[in-house]
Amino acid sequence: MAADTRDEPADSGFGQISRTKDVSFRLLALAATLVGIVSLAALLLNVAVDAVGWLDWQFLTNPPHPDPYQAGFLPALVGSVAIMLVIALITFPLGVGAAIYLEEYADDGYLTRFIQLNIANLAGVPSVVYGLLGLGLFVGLFSIGYGTVLAAAFTIALLILPIVIISAQEAIRSVPDSQRQASYGMGATKWQTIRNVVLPRAMPGIMTGTILALGRAIGETAPLIMIAAPTTVFGLPNGPFSKVSAMPLQIYNWASYPQTEFQYGVVAAGVVTLLVVLLTINSIAIVIRNRYQQRT
Amino acid sequence: MTNEQMTSSETESTDDQPAPTPGTDGLVDSADAGAETATDRTLLEARDLDVYYGEEQALDSVDIEIPEKQVTAVIGPSGCGKSTFLRCINRMNDLVDAAHVEGELLFDGKNVYDDDVDPVALRRKIGMVFQSPNPFPKSIRDNVAYGLKVQGKDENVDEKVRTALERAALLEEVDGQLDSSGLDLSGGQQQRLCIARAIAPDPDVILMDEPASALDPVATSKIEDLIEDLAEEYTVVIVTHNMQQAARISDKTAVFLTGGELVEFDDTEKIFENPEHDRVEDYITGKFG
Repeated sequence: MAADTRDEPADSGFGQISRTKDVSFRLLALAATLVGIVSLAALLLNVAVDAVGWLDWQFLTNPPHPDPYQAGFLPALVGSVAIMLVIALITFPLGVGAAIYLEEYADDGYLTRFIQLNIANLAGVPSVVYGLLGLGLFVGLFSIGYGTVLAAAFTIALLILPIVIISAQEAIRSVPDSQRQASYGMGATKWQTIRNVVLPRAMPGIMTGTILALGRAIGETAPLIMIAAPTTVFGLPNGPFSKVSAMPLQIYNWASYPQTEFQYGVVAAGVVTLLVVLLTINSIAIVIRNRYQQRT
Repeated sequence: MTNEQMTSSETESTDDQPAPTPGTDGLVDSADAGAETATDRTLLEARDLDVYYGEEQALDSVDIEIPEKQVTAVIGPSGCGKSTFLRCINRMNDLVDAAHVEGELLFDGKNVYDDDVDPVALRRKIGMVFQSPNPFPKSIRDNVAYGLKVQGKDENVDEKVRTALERAALLEEVDGQLDSSGLDLSGGQQQRLCIARAIAPDPDVILMDEPASALDPVATSKIEDLIEDLAEEYTVVIVTHNMQQAARISDKTAVFLTGGELVEFDDTEKIFENPEHDRVEDYITGKFG
């Protein structure tokens, strides 16, 4: 591909065509790419360097502590994982159910289009607004309690539900219609067709979309603040109604401490832990997608 | 008003079945039928069948009687409604929101568009093979067993799968690898797999929508041989745009021309050697279409 832009051959009698614009546009596009990549790499490197000496086994297994050398991340780490598990249990069936309804059952009428438009809009609503909704609905109306595992999970589940629905819809839509026709032609009912043909084929896409949405959920901070989740918890959550903190919230809290050991070392260790968990989740999504794709 | 309706329905019935005059005529009729073939019974019959997609009319008062256990070819230029007609028979057109059917389509004497007919149950009696092979991304065995599974015919599945594969002339080529994916087969094999899938639940009718149009000549000729064999046990209705194919494999041929009109329906030999209509002759000899 680069051959076209360089190595201008000696004049063969056909004439020469200037490649200045070709080359400059290529460099411009490259620069645009590098801005993102380089700043991300710089951030990761900076945080990783800061975390050296702080991210150790003690950090991962201790509860928080006013002394930065004894501060630990365990309650926030376990809290985040607990919230994620509940979110997954809620969003997967709800998201897939809604996507199946919209793609396979709903008529293409005004109501469907209205719902569709609103789901797309909901995906763009700022998370702090969902936090307010969670505060009013789950903490206020349903009295689930300030800052509990369930309140946090329900609130963030609402936040990522539109993303899960949209990605599941895309996965379902990508199943070729010829497959549905083959199934209906065999005398299968709608449910049999969805169960045996559509869902198996859409499942890798649905799983990938759901897990990537969970990746977004794990970094959410604002809704947790709104439902009054404690920034620092010393014990592990022991039930759905126990108060819980989460990794980003704990990091946010540490960053406001006056000691530089917290502002740099401990925060960096927390950030690296959060990123490792996030990357693990995303790689699980990739592994699932690849495995299912091979097994066609 | 009532009088008019009476008369019109009377004329209709006399049109359909020529003069049920009492006495000797009736006897002669049945004797004739017996002399021709043992199975010249009409299994599928369209009466004044119209289909619309939204405002657009796709079929225009089609009347046809398709005999049991024979191959009936439906030919015609693109957009003439031949596929639409095929999809009316097993109500696959129901899946198209804008489609709207008027008139009657009788299967074994029962109008399939009656309110009490469940299209899913209907499709269990009428199998379908599509234009391009569409096996599921499942094993060969699971592909063929699909109809048995959804129809709840759970007994002797393995045996039925092998029988269907054998009837579809595919068993020899895939024996011993029934657990490998149906998608690993060649295009022609995939289409025979789809035929095996269609016949496994033992339907009465098999509809084929240009089943060989995506295949090479060798694969096509295998499918054609297969279709002729299938007619020993099944009523086959095949849409094709390949006139030589229709001439080679079918007993009856229906010619649809533009506007969704069935112009001529007769024995295949008659259609290809001495058609009644000039337009049909023009189409068959390649003057248009």
